[in-house]
Amino acid sequence: MAAAAEAAAGGSPGSQLAAQRRLRILSGHLQRSPASRAPEPERLLSPSQCGAGGAAERPVASAIPKKRQEILKWNGWGYNDSKFIFNKKGQAEFTGKRYRLSGMVLPVLKEWMEKTLGASLEHKITSRAFLNTSDVPPSIVNEEFLQDLRATKISYSQEAEDRVFRAHGHCLHEIFVLREGMFKRIPDIVVWPGCHDDVVKIVELACKHNLCIIPFGGGTSVSSALECPADERRTIVSLDTSQMNRILWVDEKNLTAHIEAGIVGQDLERQLGESGYCTGHEPDSMEFSSLGGWVATRASGMKKNIYGNIEDLVVHIKMVTPRGVIEKSCQVPRMSTGPDIHHFIMGSEGTLGVITEVTIKIRPIPEYKKYGSVVFPNFERGVACLREIAKQRCAPASVRLVDNAQFQFGHALKPQVASIFTSFLDGLKKFYITKFKGFDPNELCVATLLFEGDREKVLQHEKQVYDIAAKFGGLAAGEDNGQRGYMLTFVIAYLRDLGLDYYVIGESFETSVPWDRVIDLCRNVKERIVRECKEKGVQFAPLSTCRVTQTYDAGACVYFYFAFNYRGISDPVHVYEQIERAAREEILANGGSLSHHHGVGKLRKQWMKESISDVGLGMLKSVKEYVDPNNIFGNRNLL
Amino acid sequence: MAAAGGSRLGALMYSQKELTSKKRDEFEDILEERRQSSDLRYAMKCYSPVIYKGLSACKPSAIKYSVLQSEQVQYVIKQLSKEMGESTDIIQEEAIEILDEMGHNLHIGAIRFFAFSLSKIFKRLFQRVCVNEEGIQKLQQAIQEHPVVLLPSHRSYIDFLMLSYLLYTYDLALPVIAAGIDFLGMKIVGELLRRSGAFFMRRTFSGNRLYWAVFAEYVKTMLRNGYAPIEFFLEGTRSRTAKTLTPKFGLLSIVMEPFFKREVFDTYLVPISISYERILEESLYAYELLGVPKPKESTSGLLKARKILSDNFGSIHVYFGQPVSLRTLASGRIDRCPYRLVPRHLPQRLSEDIQEFVTDVAYKMELLQVENMVLSPWVLIASVLLQNLPAIDFELLVEKTLWLKGLTQAFGGFLEWPDNLCANKAVTSSLALHSNIVSLVNGQVVLNNVRMENGATEELVFKQALSILMCGAYRNQLLNVFVRPSLVAVALQMTQSFRKEEIYSCFIFLRDILSDEFIFFPGIALKDFEEGCFLLTKCDVIQVTPQEILVTERGNSVAVFLAALFRPFMKGYQIISRYLSKETKEAFTEKQFILGIRNFAFQLLQTGSTQCYEVLSSDLQKNALAAFVRLDVVKKMKTTNGFTYTVNKEALNKTAEMFDFRIPIKKLVTARL
Repeated sequence: MAAAAEAAAGGSPGSQLAAQRRLRILSGHLQRSPASRAPEPERLLSPSQCGAGGAAERPVASAIPKKRQEILKWNGWGYNDSKFIFNKKGQAEFTGKRYRLSGMVLPVLKEWMEKTLGASLEHKITSRAFLNTSDVPPSIVNEEFLQDLRATKISYSQEAEDRVFRAHGHCLHEIFVLREGMFKRIPDIVVWPGCHDDVVKIVELACKHNLCIIPFGGGTSVSSALECPADERRTIVSLDTSQMNRILWVDEKNLTAHIEAGIVGQDLERQLGESGYCTGHEPDSMEFSSLGGWVATRASGMKKNIYGNIEDLVVHIKMVTPRGVIEKSCQVPRMSTGPDIHHFIMGSEGTLGVITEVTIKIRPIPEYKKYGSVVFPNFERGVACLREIAKQRCAPASVRLVDNAQFQFGHALKPQVASIFTSFLDGLKKFYITKFKGFDPNELCVATLLFEGDREKVLQHEKQVYDIAAKFGGLAAGEDNGQRGYMLTFVIAYLRDLGLDYYVIGESFETSVPWDRVIDLCRNVKERIVRECKEKGVQFAPLSTCRVTQTYDAGACVYFYFAFNYRGISDPVHVYEQIERAAREEILANGGSLSHHHGVGKLRKQWMKESISDVGLGMLKSVKEYVDPNNIFGNRNLL
Repeated sequence: MAAAGGSRLGALMYSQKELTSKKRDEFEDILEERRQSSDLRYAMKCYSPVIYKGLSACKPSAIKYSVLQSEQVQYVIKQLSKEMGESTDIIQEEAIEILDEMGHNLHIGAIRFFAFSLSKIFKRLFQRVCVNEEGIQKLQQAIQEHPVVLLPSHRSYIDFLMLSYLLYTYDLALPVIAAGIDFLGMKIVGELLRRSGAFFMRRTFSGNRLYWAVFAEYVKTMLRNGYAPIEFFLEGTRSRTAKTLTPKFGLLSIVMEPFFKREVFDTYLVPISISYERILEESLYAYELLGVPKPKESTSGLLKARKILSDNFGSIHVYFGQPVSLRTLASGRIDRCPYRLVPRHLPQRLSEDIQEFVTDVAYKMELLQVENMVLSPWVLIASVLLQNLPAIDFELLVEKTLWLKGLTQAFGGFLEWPDNLCANKAVTSSLALHSNIVSLVNGQVVLNNVRMENGATEELVFKQALSILMCGAYRNQLLNVFVRPSLVAVALQMTQSFRKEEIYSCFIFLRDILSDEFIFFPGIALKDFEEGCFLLTKCDVIQVTPQEILVTERGNSVAVFLAALFRPFMKGYQIISRYLSKETKEAFTEKQFILGIRNFAFQLLQTGSTQCYEVLSSDLQKNALAAFVRLDVVKKMKTTNGFTYTVNKEALNKTAEMFDFRIPIKKLVTARL
């Protein structure tokens, strides 16, 4: 999420600005050089085809290269250079230089893993280091199609590594397969269209040759959406949008930007930042996930309280379908022209077509940003406080309430060095036990806050929020705690890879729920996980924790982390899936939704009918039937 | 019908496997220790019960406040204020009054007082109070995990005193008890009960929405907080006949609601079987059944009852059943609740699914109670005796009792034979304990006051009925266990046929008509039939082939005995149907019906044209009326002053024929299929 920004910043607001300026100049240089020095041959040959925009004619250098495996892990999350390891002293360490945590030693993480999950450094299981290309299913592509494709000059690859990389998202079972097995079915070919017109051509060819297209954006799906249906007989084309990543224009009068859908979050914010703007859309995966992916899954960003979710941000969408291109005729804030066609596209999860270009709202970068945190005696009080904040509609850019277990989890990531990280918990314990009896260290929970805007307004806003918190027994607990809370969200995926090395598997899942059921749902789902683990023969107590991660007028979004040590279980993934399923059943029984922002994919398809009714499902099916009668977009998500 | 019933049940059914491999816990006598150490020290002991893990400790006043302020109650108050045009303050006041009248006020002093005085009283009244300690341990575990609902059987006022006493003894949280409001009439005792954790409900409040809302919320608040186990009686009232009464669903659905709404993760239901070797209220019940009104509970009445303190009431067995997880019961049946689309505080009618589920759970719990109900030797003696009136040779009685003991064990009855006593001694001591009912005269065991002569006076008939009903209450304890195989035996006798199909039809008819008398799990007639046949086959009474059921030569006497066990009911229903067809012409009320049938029966008994004294039992009369209503023989209509009934003569004649052993019933049976 805010990882990139944090990696760069870190100091006081003043030096932050200077640093940002420096960075901007630097990245300006960087941006120009690679494109001109090492242009891709096919791009040069066909500039006209991709000349849709004004400013940028060629694909812009992205933080993520076309050959993703060059800097990203092939069998885990994130960058190759960034991972948790246990050093020679047996202390946990986060490698690399990209994040605030990078290069730091985390002395208490080991103990936390041992205590909370029963993991032990002696029981290590290592993933194979390299992809064994002989295991990979062969690429079966019809020669006529290849001829047609070559004629379009669109870049493509049939290499095993490229294909495997696009055969999966980041569900636990997918990562497990990468570490220990092989997918039954993967894409036969990867294509990299460079612009909208390229996509039109590919879709036409797919219709002509009856192929199956699976669009690929950032590859961060956690709903099995990218998995190839094992029984798909047709050639599967993975359509990687990553080379469509230009900002085509910025309209400062209307504060909108027209952008190709393949751009990933960090590139988008960086490039807009150069002209002083941002979208403010920050899903936890924003380093890697793409604009098109956000639209296709109805994504939600951490700072939605100021900027809105994707459906609030989007002004215009262009999508290529087998039936043709769909778009609106104007770029207006709202229109009353029947049901909004955007809502067929948002959340369509790649079943209808490829989103190629999006006009999105932009905002001036806020002048001031401040973290904060509040400690509550217990979760119930915390939820009551969040509810009140939502009621008064004064939620800061982000407000999250983590439960006790997650609070302690956050503390396990406390680095050794910095004296600024004064041992908070110890101080807190002393302070509260002496002064505010009743704050049980095993009960208390913490809300993390992020304020953005004019400096004065932020300070005013901050006071308002802390005043409300005080009414619910909340005590301000400093900026550090706040910031560390947000850090957890982007290192959690790296942590899962560490866990996998020590027999610990885990996953996150989310839901949305009316305010009055938040507490019941959180308690019941956590309890259900614990109970199911016991029943399924898991020998160690699981980690089962949640946070209220978004607030709305009528309810909240709740996010769960769940992990357990699977030593002694022969088929951990199966057990894991059963428990995850039970947890979802529990969520539904408690009046929660099937998903708030992760989407349905294939993982949660079984509950769709129940979620939106028979007729509702029929409506969606009839749209699919019209738009894509031959199921060219055959990833089989959603319906 | 049976097939559909089978699929409805899922996990709720009992299987034959369970029946055969039933294993029960050992009992401990808790009075033994009380007889050896100081009651005062016991009453003053350190009492720190384990509590529910999620408990937020709060005072009774805080509970009352949160009930009053709850969305549920406030909603009803606002509704009522709108409808009646009264200010919310007035209705709020009313709600406070209801709460004060209802609310418990747990007080350790009162508990200690009770602990002390009950120790004294119990030691005088009872020889032993036996408890399965394993059950207590399971309960202790359960209390910490999830909210707990205690569901004891109800045979006596002693029931809830005893339970609280036991929980105190084992250092468990005292339950809050939903008790009938008539206790409140007992001034001091009522207050003491309240302070020891009872809360009170009006017997009828279906029309009073405010009362219902306050009451339901009160119970649910208690449950959600895990403040203390909730205790109430599924049977609703004390069973005067010692047969388990058909369950009431109101309170059960209230305590299940927090789970349905997922306000709690789970709720444990704990069936508890309390059996008495001799019931304190035995003669009172018999009088009541014969229509002598029961005295209103009052403190002075209780004091008068002191004289019973000098009497001996034998042993009590309290069996705490395995806590049953409501979540487990509901899994696969009630996974999704209708509460998802409506705010949870709005009063909502239970959906049919949920009603059906509540019904099933209620029956399941009662069947578990029945299963763990201890049967004393006296129960066997009473059963034998009632088939051998007016007197039986002592030796023969012992022999038959022993024989019945074997049969009972084979049928899965929970028999406690005191300390492996030899049969002679066991029978003698039982007779001594029940000397108010039976006497041993010249080697003959006789039921007091029973002569079985023709042409008796009304007074004599009354006295005989009293004895027989008292004795019958003990025999009835056996019937709960024997009902399935016995009804097969009755069906065999009634049909005089070997054809399985025919016997099964007759079984269905009997099960149907007796479903207010005995506890049958709804909708599983076939299972019940199979279980009955299974038990009879096991005891070598019958042989079952795919098409036929044959009574073995050896088994004939058993079958005759089993059928005779239920003869009073068959005869009783027969007499009532005769009464209905002859004596009634116009619409009648229940009261008129009971008076009428009583006079009719008295005449028959005086002239000696029947020996079925049990038809005088108002319990049997009411059940029969309900059964006839169910079978559409009698039509029930609501009028301004309650209900009236009219007889459908044609339907009545058909049913009457069913009871008549001599008339072939083939045609009717097939009609019912």
